[in-house]
Order: sequence, then structure tokens, then C-alpha cells
Amino acid sequence: MLFNLQILFDLAPITNVQLILDGIFIGAVISLSAYGLALVWGVMNVKNLAQGDFVILGGYMAFALFNAGVHPVLALPIVMVLMAMFGWMVYILIIRRVIQQDMFTSLLATFGLSLLLQQVLNLIFGPEVQTIDSKLPNYQLFDNAITLPMVKILSLVMVAVLAVAVVIFMKKSRMGQAIRATAQDERAARVLGINTDNVYAFTFSLNAAICGAAGVMVSIIWVLQPFYGITYSLRSFAIVTAAGLGNLPGVITTGFGLGLLEQYTGFVLGAEYQVASAVVMLLLVLIYRQIQLSRKRQVVQ
Amino acid sequence: MVENIIEVNHVSKSFGGVHANIDISMAVKKGSITGIIGPNGCGKSTLFNSIVGYHPIDTGSITFEGREISKLLVGPIARLGLLRTFQQTRIYSKMNCVDNMQISVSHRSDARHGFFASRKGEILDRANHLLEFVGLYSKRNLISGDLSFGQQKLLEFAMALMNEPKVLLLDEPTAGINPTLINGLIDRLQRANQELGITLCVIEHNMRVIMNLAEHIYCLSNGRMLADGKPQDLQNDQRVIDAYLGGH
Amino acid sequence: MTGRSYLLYAVILVLGVFGPIMFPNYTQQMALLWVMVLMASTWDLLGGQMGYNSLGNITFFGCGMYISAVVQISMFYNVADYTSAFGAIKPEFTDEQYFTGLFLGILAAGIGSVFISYLFGLIVFGLRGPYFAIGTLGIAIAAGQLTGTIDYIGGGSGISMPFFPGDIEVRAGFFYLLCFILAALTHIVLRWIYSTQFGLAINAIRDDEDKAEAMGIPTLKYKQIGWAITAFFMGCIGAVFGNMVGFIEPVEVAFPVPTFGIFMVAMALLGGKGTLWGPVLGAVLFHIIKEATWTYLLGWQWVALGLILIINIVYFQEGIMGWLQRKYPEFFGITVDVSTREDGKEAKADG
Repeated sequence: MLFNLQILFDLAPITNVQLILDGIFIGAVISLSAYGLALVWGVMNVKNLAQGDFVILGGYMAFALFNAGVHPVLALPIVMVLMAMFGWMVYILIIRRVIQQDMFTSLLATFGLSLLLQQVLNLIFGPEVQTIDSKLPNYQLFDNAITLPMVKILSLVMVAVLAVAVVIFMKKSRMGQAIRATAQDERAARVLGINTDNVYAFTFSLNAAICGAAGVMVSIIWVLQPFYGITYSLRSFAIVTAAGLGNLPGVITTGFGLGLLEQYTGFVLGAEYQVASAVVMLLLVLIYRQIQLSRKRQVVQ
Repeated sequence: MVENIIEVNHVSKSFGGVHANIDISMAVKKGSITGIIGPNGCGKSTLFNSIVGYHPIDTGSITFEGREISKLLVGPIARLGLLRTFQQTRIYSKMNCVDNMQISVSHRSDARHGFFASRKGEILDRANHLLEFVGLYSKRNLISGDLSFGQQKLLEFAMALMNEPKVLLLDEPTAGINPTLINGLIDRLQRANQELGITLCVIEHNMRVIMNLAEHIYCLSNGRMLADGKPQDLQNDQRVIDAYLGGH
Repeated sequence: MTGRSYLLYAVILVLGVFGPIMFPNYTQQMALLWVMVLMASTWDLLGGQMGYNSLGNITFFGCGMYISAVVQISMFYNVADYTSAFGAIKPEFTDEQYFTGLFLGILAAGIGSVFISYLFGLIVFGLRGPYFAIGTLGIAIAAGQLTGTIDYIGGGSGISMPFFPGDIEVRAGFFYLLCFILAALTHIVLRWIYSTQFGLAINAIRDDEDKAEAMGIPTLKYKQIGWAITAFFMGCIGAVFGNMVGFIEPVEVAFPVPTFGIFMVAMALLGGKGTLWGPVLGAVLFHIIKEATWTYLLGWQWVALGLILIINIVYFQEGIMGWLQRKYPEFFGITVDVSTREDGKEAKADG
């Protein structure tokens, strides 16, 4: 570990740049997933523990399409549509019924869904780690000290485009406005004639689509495995808890921050500590919140 | 010389731009029944909430038996012997009345019962006795959530007595109660005060009730302390009359 | 206790003690059943009775497992040497050494887990609802990951447990008995505490925690004690399980979050959370379903279990005991009717 620290500060500080870049690339993807989680949480008060599995599912869809000859960039919209349909189905069958019930129910229902997805994916694709080799060139910078895969840049661009599209949609379109209205005050929205059930269905489907997109990125810049979903879920929760629900810039910054944190932890301590670092961040945020609230004589709800 | 069991000194509390309490000072004498009145929105409940620890206060100090409690949380304050009842009446709605009573037993450090005390012995006896006192004995095995609002209020009151508090803050105890039952409630409040020695501080809207019940009354208006004194004095105080009728 | 209860307990005792004799081929499955009963029952203490749904109780299972392993091995060997040899060192324990090691290990596992529950409690007990669930889930996942990085206890490669001195049947019967005894002990302890003020207190916390705090109930202490009891038994059963399986490993055996970790919740929900017998019933049913799907739906058993969990949560929240208590309240001693009764029956439900 000390040796690794030495590399960072002393021997090859250029490594920092590599880590930062990698952190940004992966941070962008998990920010996307976190945004979707915040969306569903803020609008419907549903904490989707299957979020990470939606991501992996989207990734596997891209994988399957790739094996059928479809280029990932083309697969992106296809996966998003498929995932939206999947999300809608999940909403009708499961989510709609647990919305009115207590908070743990929605959490547990989505956890059950998470397990189901993991196992089904495991059955279909097997437990080996998969990835899509996009065969795009790698740029080598600074005398081969930094590797900048073209595919990661591509992914970052796609995420940015998608994020901008979603933001514009939420601001300008009627449905986007309806979603924001429902998130603020559900009863008022209904009084004003908004069909909240439709809003919920749409929001959940949108979230599934966003996860699908994130999954496509994961499949081309990282790896897929049926049981990795829960780590993405944890990451998303960590980000949302730290940044707060209504705070899009906060989610993005925190997402990048977590990406960086994981890269550095992985480098300095070892890859096995990456997931643990997300958990630690989550717990630290929760502890910090508790201390903050106890000064106001309250608790974290 | 009877000392003050609660002292509120220059307490202010704002919520954003709303100044709910402005420089409030009052005192509750030990063993007495003190009343707090005032038109709607004058800051009575906010004051209560500040005293029992629901939110921090902006300035000032609140002492209970001489010790500062304005920074303590709800639990520790309750364990010092300062309890409150809720305007909307809060009970454990999924448990039956006896259980509601039994769990309301005191958890102060000098409590007689440990964590794993039996539910069949002395605690049960006291619970039944107090249920009898408020007239709910026949309903004792029913799920408390099924009781009428008035009955729930009585249960909440009995639960508070079970806790053997030193001071009980009651937030509009007669609100929502059938007028024919109000006298019974007042009677029980007085008995709790005289026989059990519990100091009472009562927020009330019902003038007849509070004028007959309290020894000393504070009147709030628009977040400030308007007047205080004996019931007869306040009844004739022009400022108090204006506050209720003037509506500014 | 009513006559009904005595009969029920007698039947269970007979089945429990003579089970492996009557069905020797199913000894391991039945041992596993008792493990599940214990897990579901202890989960329900915090989850069903107190309303604090932990998704991370499996942490104590794994911690107990490893604590016991370290205690058992370190009594007679150097642990670091042993684990780094990856099974090349075959420990030679005398019978006496094995059993003392085992029992000390189980005890240490229980006590150590209590201590760990206290530490984690400091972090998570300020949280409510979903944050508590996610926080505990995170802890369980991190525990599995981090244990895999510690070479002293074998890292990702795991630890081979000491061999049981005796042939296979005796071994199976011995561990079965341990599981049964622990499960029975857990049930007895839980039954007792639910009958005391403690049981009322945790129900009050579930019903309205703010009201409980406002009445002076020291909710944090109750949470700590509840989790400590849970941790103790989970730690003990973890130690037994590790020895029973013979080889322990961080993510698959010790901290299996997506399987055992969630099973305990599913079982309590299926049987009816917040009741004494609900988790037991749920464990039995779940276990039977699990074994059946393994045999007949191989490959899809996990899918089936996941579906059951979802259907249970979405469509059948109250569980079997909850449903029964609603349909036949008098059978369980709950008084419902307002007008006809002057003097109610026994106030608290027995089930």
C-alpha cells in the first residue's frame, strides 16, 4: 500500500491523471444511475434496490445485441426502449401495489426483484464476467504513461448527451412538468388533473431506460456479471444519500467524486476494497447526517 | 416558598420568517396548575414543543428543577419527569389499552422496574387501577386504535399518569371531547394534581375550563407574552379581551 | 402456557430429537432447517417486533463463523501459518482438544458478535426505515468483501475447519443436535422476553417511536439489547454452521447476503412477522419449498424463491400468522368486539 502511495506522489505522479480520468469515466455512468434512483425516490418515494440490477440487465441486453451483430452505439436506443417497457411492466405488476404501503415494503419488493434479476441473468448468461470489445483504438498519451481508450471517451459523450436530453425533457415537456409537479405535491397534482398513476409509470420506465443506458456504458467500458448489480445499487444509494434528492448538480459531482474515490482506493489499497469504499462513504454520510440532525433535535428518516 | 419547577427565560423561536415565539418568559410553580391561553396561532404549541425538546430554541433558556434543558433531546427530558400529551392524541394504536398502560411505566434511573420486568405483577395492577381512574377499565383489552377519540384522549392521559411524571404539559386536553364528559376530565385533572402531586401546565381554548382549573394563567398573543395573572384578573384584562376579539 | 402449547412443544421436541433417527438421509437438511428457524426468529426480533428491518444480520453469522475458526485453530496452532498453508497443514486434534475448541469457539463467536453488534449499532441506530436497511445491507456486503482481503484468516481462499473425530453419521447427528439445541434455546429466550416489559417496549417502538421517546423509553438501549441478542445467537449458529460445512469462505459461506441474508427476511414475512411462531412457520415452509424446487426445478430454484418473495411482499404482506390472527382472533386470545364484552379474555396474543 505504501508503495502504491509512493507511486502516486513521488515516482510517477502522472498516474494521478490516469486515475482521475478513469474516475470521471466511471463516475459519469454511476451518476446516471444515481440520478434515476433520485428521480424515482423523489417522485414516488420508492427506494429501488434493484437499480444496479437494471443497469446490469441493460448491459446484458447490449451484450446480447452485440453478439447478434449490433454496434453498441446503435444498441443504446434499442436497449433504452426495451428497458422502458420492462420498467413499465415492473411498475404495473409490483411497484404500483407497494407505493401506498410502508417504506420497507417497497425496499424489500425491489430487493426481491433484484434477486430475481440476478438469478435469471445468471441462468441465461452464466456467472463468468463478460464485456463488449468495441475494438476502438486506445490513445496513448505522455509517453505511454496514460491510456485513453476511445471507447471511454465515447461513453462519456453519450452520457453527457443523454443527461442533457433528460434535463431538457424534464424542464420543457408536459410530462416532465407533470413529473416535477407530482414530485412536489402529489395531491395538488391530482387536483390539477394530472394522472399521477401515469406519471409514476412513466417515471419508473424512464428510470429503467436510464439504467439501461448506464448498463450499455458499463458493458463497453467495464465488465458485466450477474451479481454485480448490488454494488451499483449501493453506489447509487451512497450518491443520492450524500447529494440529496432534488439536487442534480450535486448528484453529478458526488457521482464523479465516488468514481474518483473508488479508483484511488482500488489503486492504493487493492481492487477488493473498491466496493467497501462505497459502503464506507455511505456510512460516513449517514453518520454525518445523524450528527447534523441531532443538533436540531431530530433523526434521519 | 414554593419554587418554580419550570422557568422559561426570554425564549425566542422562529421558523424561517415566522416568529413563533418572541422573548417569552414564564414560570410554572411546583405543584400548581398553570394555564396558557391565547388566540389561534399565537405560539402556544411552539412554546410547549420548545420546552419538551421537539426543536431547538433560538435564544433564551429553559430550566427544569433548576437545570438547563434547552439543549436536551425529547427522551432525556421525559426521563427527567417532564411529559406532554399531544393535541392529536398519540397512543400505541396497535396495542390494547392495558399494554399501552404497562409500557408507559417510568424509565427514569430510579425506576423500580428493569428491562425484563414481568407483565403480570405490580405493573399490571397499577395499569388496571389507572384505567379504572379514567373510566376505561371495561375497555382495557380492546385495541386502542379502535377506541373513540375521546376515549383515546383519556387513555393518553392515563398513560401519562402511569409514568409518574413530575410535570405534565397538556396540549388542549378538552378539544374534541363531548361536552358532557368535560367535567369528568377536569375532575380527574384536579385529582391528579392534588392526590398525585403532579404539576400541570395546560394549553386550553375552553375558557370555562381553564378559568376554573388553573391557579395562574399566561396569555400569549402574536408570539409574545401579553399578560399573566390569576383567572379573575385576566378575565377582566382589556388586553386579553382585545387579543381574542380584536384579531390582529 | 395453554394445553395447546404444551402439545405443540411436545410434538416439536419429539420430532426435533428423533428426527435424524427417523429420517437419517435428511439429517443435514433438517439441521439446515433449524438454522433457518433461528435466523428467521432472530431477524423478527428487530424486524417484525421492533420495526427495524435489518438487511445485514448475516454479518453476525459470518463474524461468528470466523471468530470460532480462529479460536479453534489458535488454541493449538498458529493461525497465520495454518491459513497460508492452504490446507497443507492437517491439524491433529485429540478428541478433547477438538471439543473444547469447538465449544469455546461457539461461545467466543456469540460474545464476539454481541460486541460487534454494539459497534455497528453506534453507526446505524440513529437511522430509521430505509436508511437503516440500506446501512445494514452495506455493512454485510462490505464485511464479505473486506474479510476476503485479510490473509490472516485465509483471505479469499477461506479456511479449512478442523476435522470432526468420528464417522460421518455421528458427525451429522452431532451437528444436527447442536443446531436444534441452539434453535430451541433461541425460541425459549425470545418467548420469554416477548412476555416481559421488553416485548411491550419494542412493540411500542415499532408502533410509534417518537411517542415512545416522548414517554421516556430509552429506545436506543432497547435497540442495542435486541440486536445483541440477535447477534449472540446468529454468531453461535454461524460457528456451528462453519464447522458443519467444514470449509469457510467469505462471500459464499460466511456472508451470503443474496441468499441466507435475504432468506431470513423472506421466511419471517411468509410466516407472519411480529409473531412468535410466524418466523418458525415461515422457515419450515420456505425450507420445504426450497428443497422441493431444488429437486424438481433445478436451475430455476433461485428464480422460484425470488418470485415467492416478491409475491409475498406485494400481495400477502401480513404473512400466514398475520392472516390467521385476523381471521380467528379469539383463537389467539385477541379481543376485538367492542359491544358484547364487559371483561375481555387473556389480553395478549400467544401466537
